[in-house]
Parts: sequence; structure tokens; C-alpha cells
Amino acid sequence: MLHYLEQALSAPAPSRRTFLKMSAGTIGGLLIGASLPRSADAMGEGSFTQPFVHITPDGTVTVLVKHLDKGQGAATGLATLVAEELDADPAQVAVEFAPSNPQVYANSLFGVQGTGGSTAMANSFTQYREAGASARAMLVAAAAELWNVAPEAISVSNGRIRHGDDSLSFGDLAEAAGRQAVPESVSLKSAADWTLIGKDMARVELPLKTQGSVGMFGMDAKPEGVLIAVTARPPKFGATVASVDADAALAMPGVSAVLTIPQGVAVVADNTWRAMMARDALEIAWDMSTAETRSTDALAEEYGAMLETEGMPAMTKGDAAGKLAGAAQVVEARYHFPYLAHAPMEPLNMTVLFDGETATFWGGSQIQTLDHNVAAAVLGIPFENVAINTLWGGGSFGRRATADAHLVAETAMIGAAWLAETGSAAPIKLVYSREDDIKGGYYRPLTLHKVRAGVDAEGKVSGWEHRIVGQGIMIGTPFESFTVRDGVDHSTVEGAADTTYSLPDMAMDVHHPNVGVPVLWWRSVGHTHTAYVMETMMDQLAEAAGQDPVAFRLAHLDGDPRLAGVLRLAAEKAGWDSPAPDGVHRGVAVHKSFNSYVAEVAEVRMREDGTVKVEKVTCAVDCGVPVNPDNIRAQIEGGLAYGLSGVLREEVTLTDGEVDQFNYPDYMPLRITDMPLVEVHIVPSTEAPTGVGEPGTPPIGPAVANAIAKATGQRITELPFAKHGLA
Amino acid sequence: MVSFTLNGAPTTVDVEEDMPLLWLLRDELKMTGTKFGCGVASCGACTVHVDGMPTRSCQIAVGDLDGAEVTSIEGVDSKAAAAIQEAWVEMQVPQCGYCQSGQIMSATALLAETPKPTDEDIDFAMEGNVCRCATYARIRKAIHRASEIMEA
Repeated sequence: MLHYLEQALSAPAPSRRTFLKMSAGTIGGLLIGASLPRSADAMGEGSFTQPFVHITPDGTVTVLVKHLDKGQGAATGLATLVAEELDADPAQVAVEFAPSNPQVYANSLFGVQGTGGSTAMANSFTQYREAGASARAMLVAAAAELWNVAPEAISVSNGRIRHGDDSLSFGDLAEAAGRQAVPESVSLKSAADWTLIGKDMARVELPLKTQGSVGMFGMDAKPEGVLIAVTARPPKFGATVASVDADAALAMPGVSAVLTIPQGVAVVADNTWRAMMARDALEIAWDMSTAETRSTDALAEEYGAMLETEGMPAMTKGDAAGKLAGAAQVVEARYHFPYLAHAPMEPLNMTVLFDGETATFWGGSQIQTLDHNVAAAVLGIPFENVAINTLWGGGSFGRRATADAHLVAETAMIGAAWLAETGSAAPIKLVYSREDDIKGGYYRPLTLHKVRAGVDAEGKVSGWEHRIVGQGIMIGTPFESFTVRDGVDHSTVEGAADTTYSLPDMAMDVHHPNVGVPVLWWRSVGHTHTAYVMETMMDQLAEAAGQDPVAFRLAHLDGDPRLAGVLRLAAEKAGWDSPAPDGVHRGVAVHKSFNSYVAEVAEVRMREDGTVKVEKVTCAVDCGVPVNPDNIRAQIEGGLAYGLSGVLREEVTLTDGEVDQFNYPDYMPLRITDMPLVEVHIVPSTEAPTGVGEPGTPPIGPAVANAIAKATGQRITELPFAKHGLA
Repeated sequence: MVSFTLNGAPTTVDVEEDMPLLWLLRDELKMTGTKFGCGVASCGACTVHVDGMPTRSCQIAVGDLDGAEVTSIEGVDSKAAAAIQEAWVEMQVPQCGYCQSGQIMSATALLAETPKPTDEDIDFAMEGNVCRCATYARIRKAIHRASEIMEA
């Protein structure tokens, strides 16, 4: 146990760290002016070092961020919590990613160090405020000792500690505070006393991100002498290398090795372009005997047949079949959701330096504990001989959080193979091309749904039968025990099986087909398809009942006042009850995910060529205490646009097991010309804060689909919209 | 040997003439502000200015640069660039930030050419720059804001 603490408190070498110093701010403070590697002695004598807060004699308060910040603002959020309780001047607060150490930096909702499920703020809200309060108490105790007064007589504000005419900075007291006992308990400010939480705080790292993000991303990590590796991976999932002819590749300029590893054949060179050229020159025979060779058309047919047979029960309440038999009207629909790639802008990469005994990694590690364990296991070295340096992530949307830690595993294999081949240690960066990314699997699962639901004579839902076919994301992974119960992966049914609509007679079952295409959570996971099904069904049922879509939903939301609240707010702000402008059609959807509540009203216009233009989206979000309202707005804007991108044009297909798409030209993400105006309204709340990275994503697809139905009468149940000439 | 001007400084390099400028910058000159996103001129993350024109550095070969003036995010310091960078922070544009070097280079070139762009001008100039975090609404606002800053 102790060595973990020592590791957490010992300062790694400067080159391993991302240390960011603040300067003047614009909106609210907490801004970075420059990236300064911490000098080796800066954290020595005279400093205050607790696991989450460091204070140096120059007065800099460094918050150790246990989460990966891949664009969602976690670093600023956690720094704000500390600054609030510490009564720091936001301009003196810096951020730094914490080392990999599950004993100290675990996500309390996961039990390991890791980021995902929109949990960063939810699991840190108390912990980081307590860390700030604890540091404040130790500074006050040190001042009380120095001035020989009672701690209660001392005040702290804006980074100064005061008693009467005496005043000291945090830096002045850092060393003495570091010698104080850590308080066993601290009391936290009441919400009424907050000066930073609830205000728009400028993101700490944004000035750097307008100047080239020097040294921030894994792709840009350049330890002295770094070499580049690219891997030729099998053309079909599950195939393996039979034989390699590397002569031509090895003869090319800059190429230093060709290494066969379990994942494929890696080329190591001194330049990324040279490595990619040499990879093209490899002649590899693949053993396809263990490969997945089905096409997505064939899979869809197999899944379609499964929709007609009973699956494993996911939930059942009341008497769905009986109620359906007696329903006044029944609506039935089948849905098809394709495989989707995450395609973050920063192609995957990871850098390793392995010398046979110790290994150091640099990159956007999202589940550090898993990456750490897998690295140690692959390299056959003890856990404590591995260091993971988390760098800023250039997007993830789920892609960096893999249960098999495949990126770190492959990087470690290359590091070990390089050492075995050359007998010397060198830092090697494994780089994915965009083609490697699009063709590389770990997709949102291809998923089919079938629903039969009825309404009774009073216009209430009467019976709901629901079957889902899709690969379980967590089946067969270390996360299986989290979400898989009696064979059913909750991540396939979340957002439907646990709906808070009053649907007293509901039955759901699931098939998890065995397919050799690796699948993964894609921003908002199961909600990417369940929200679409629930909210387009509710719309059709409202239509069948002859009711307004908002009123119909509200009539079924007695049990969920917060969901009803965001629906009412979005409808009011969108002017739902007044006519839409000429040629504009409105659609609505509301959905709870990751304990946050989001309603979206989409306004669309049909172009003459039959495509849809989403002109405006009005959102309401209830995520508990809004810690940083501007960041919440940014995440809802981005989250819904990510979802819109998915439903408009994105689709990964396979022909005989090979992925058909290769890069952005044929896996086309949302562009500025597709972007609607977005208006975000935040519900004031004193509830504990919940996530905002994902909850904006689920409602947009159905909101737009419902608007299209209003415009054209067409109910889109096979995605993406581009299949129907709509995009 | 190819000679050109990089961020105002005379530069001579001796690499394969078909090496894309992107990899010369990133791997040979160790200037990592210009980002690799797709390699096929489909995302704009690698945008630099060549003779003032926004150019995808993944598609221009070093051999074609003889005598050219190249500006990357590390060296962009025009009035338009300063206004764009200021507006980008004021409007809190970046999320993950990986595409933003390219966005800023494209936006800077737009403002240099068209100091008061319309939404249509912005669409035309920025459509080739993908932002997977979809910060597009803020990019649009920030370009208009930068235009105001330049006027002031």
C-alpha cells in the first residue's frame, strides 16, 4: 500500500509532465499562459505536497487531475472545486495530470483510475472540494502557529491569508503548511458561499490550444530520439500473420526494424511518413482461418431473424401482451443502427520507453489502471516498474477507453520486440493513420430493435414489447461484472429497460450475437440507439393517440419530475406552442442518461434536393449543480452535434469481413455547414452534479427524425439518414 | 536540397522531395503545432499558409516548396491571427483542441482576405476543417468577433 503513496507523492522527471502555469484570464480566471516543465527542484524543500494539491513557494497551486481531459473540461472543473474551498486566486491555480495510482486516484464509481460514463465531476465533487478545504485548513494552521493566534481568527480570501494587519501568501506558508497534520475531517462551504462554482470559468488550457498545443497531446510527445512505429494489421478482424517478406521495407530510408507482433507487423522508422511508406512495401500473407468473414448485410439478415425469436429477458413488468391485445391502436416498428466509428481528431497513438526492467508510457490514457496492469503483464515486469504519463486527449468519445487496453498492449509488444531485436532501449511512438482508425474496429455495435406498443382509448400507452439484437460491449471483458446480469449486457438496453416513462406493462428481451468485430461504447453508449427508439416510438404513439408530442410525453412522466422539467423548459424556450416559421418543422425528444436530463427541440427545413437542414436546436439540461455553466453549454452543443453527425451520414459496413470505409471522405463527419444554431438552457439545481459529456447526444437523432416525420410523413427507422437521400 | 522561408526564416532542407510538408515540419523539424488528422486533405488539421494561401500540408511535397513562403501555427503573427486567437479564447472555442491549429490557420487566411465575412463566407472557408468535438457554432461566432477586434 505504502509504495503507491510514495509513487503518488514523488515527482516524476520534468520531461514526463505536463505542467501548466496560469496567467491572466478572460471570462473567469484559471488560464494558462505557457507550458512550463516543472524544474526538478521546484517540488523539493519548501513545498506543500498532498495527493491532490501541491503548493510551491512561488504561490502556484497545482491541482492534480486524476481524470483524462479529452476535451470535456475535467481539468478546469476539478481545479475549480479545489480553488473554491481553498479560497485561492484562480490565476494562481495550475493543473497537472495525476500519475497512474489506483490507491490514490481511483474513480470512486469504477474502483480503478479511469474516465468515462460522464463521471468525472460526479465522482470528484466532494473529494476535490475536501482536498481544497484540507489544504486551506493546513495553511491556516501554519499561519496560526506563526502568528500565535487562534485559527478561527484567521481569514483566507483570493489567495491571501490574513489576521489583523498581517498577511501572507500561500507560497509564504507552503512549507510550514506541509508540516501540519492532515485534518481528519473538514467542513465544506454551503452553496450560498460559493464564489467560483456556478460561474463561467474559462478553460485552463485554451490559450495553449490556440497556439499549437505544444507538448500537450500524445501525438506530439517527442522524448529524445523517439522513433515511429506503424503496424500493418489484418484486413479482416481475427486474422493473423502467416508470413512476412520485409526485405523491400527494410531497404527503405529511415527504416530501422520490422517487428512481427501478435497484432500484425510493425515497421519502426525515424519519420512517420517513411514508416507508412515502408509499411506499404511489406508483403504479408495473412492466415484468415480465424477471421470474421461475414458482411454487414449478412449480419443484418441474421439479426433480423433473431428479432423474430425470443431472447434473454432483460426486464418485464405488468402484462405487455395482454394490454397490447386490448389496445385501441398498435404501432410496430423495426430499427437498424449501423456500426459507428468514433474517429477522434487525434489518431490513436502511444509512446513507450522500455529498457527491460522499467517502462514509461506517454499518451492519452483513459483507464490508467487497466493500461498500467496490461503494460506490466505484457512486459513481464512489476506494476511499480511501469509509469503512465497521461497527456491531453485529442478527443475520445469512448475510443480511448478499451477493456482490453489494446493500444497499450500493442505499444508494449513493440517496445519488447524492439529491445529483443536491437538489444538497446529507445522511445517508440505507435501511430495510427486515419485508415487504421476507421478500419480498426471498436465500433458502436450494429444493433436492431423491434417494438410493438399500443395506446388505449384514453390515449395512454397500453403494452410495450421490445426486442434488441446487438453485441454486448462488455461481455467477455473485465467490466462484465459491472453490467452483465443473467447474460444481458445492460449497456445494450440502458435508456429503454430503465425508462422512467410510466409504462406499467412492458417486456424486453435481448439477443447478443457472437460476432468477431470488436465493439465499444460510443459517446452515450446504449443510449445512442435506445433513445432513438424510445423517442420516435413515443412520437408515433402520440400521433396515434391524436395528441401533441410534448403533452403526450408529459402525461407519461408523472414519475420523473426532472425529466418533465427539462421537457417543459425546452418546449417553452423553443416556442413549441406557437407556430413554426414558414417551411420549418419541429420535433422533440427528451432523455435521461448518466443521471442527467436533456430535452431537445429540433427545427428542420427540407431542402429542394430532399436533404434535411437542421437549423436550430433548443435544449434544456438538468445536471444538478451547474459547476461551470459555459462548459455545460459547450458540452451539450458538442454532444448533440456528435449525435447529429452519427445519424446524418456515419456508417461502417463490411463486405466479406473487410471494412468498406477508409477515411473521412467516406466516413463523413459533421462539418460547419451542417451545424445548427444551438441554444442551451440550464435548470438551476442544488442536486449533486452529474455528467454533461454524453447526455446531449441521445436526444438529437430522434428530435430530428420526429421533425422530418412532421415535414414529410416519413418515419426513418434505418440509419443513417443518408440512406434515404436525406443527407 | 530545397530552400524556402519558414515562419520568416530562410530554411534549407535535405530530405526526399516527395515527403509531404506535414512530416517535414512534425518529424524532421520537430514543429508539432501542425497536426496530422487524415493524411488525405479531408480534415484540415494540417493547414498551413503557403504564399499566404491556406494549404493542406499533408498534400504538398517538400520538392514543390522551392522559394515558397510557409507559415505554420508556430509563426503566424499577423493582425488577423492575433484577433482570431484572442476571439478563440474569449468565445471558449476549443474542446479537445486537436483540430484548432488548422481551424485557426484557415480562419486567419479568411480574415486576411475578407475582413468582414458573412456566414456564407465562413462556411465556404471553413467547410474543409473538421472538428469532431463540433465547436462549429463557436468558431462561427469567434470569426465574427475577431472581425470586430480587427476593426477596433
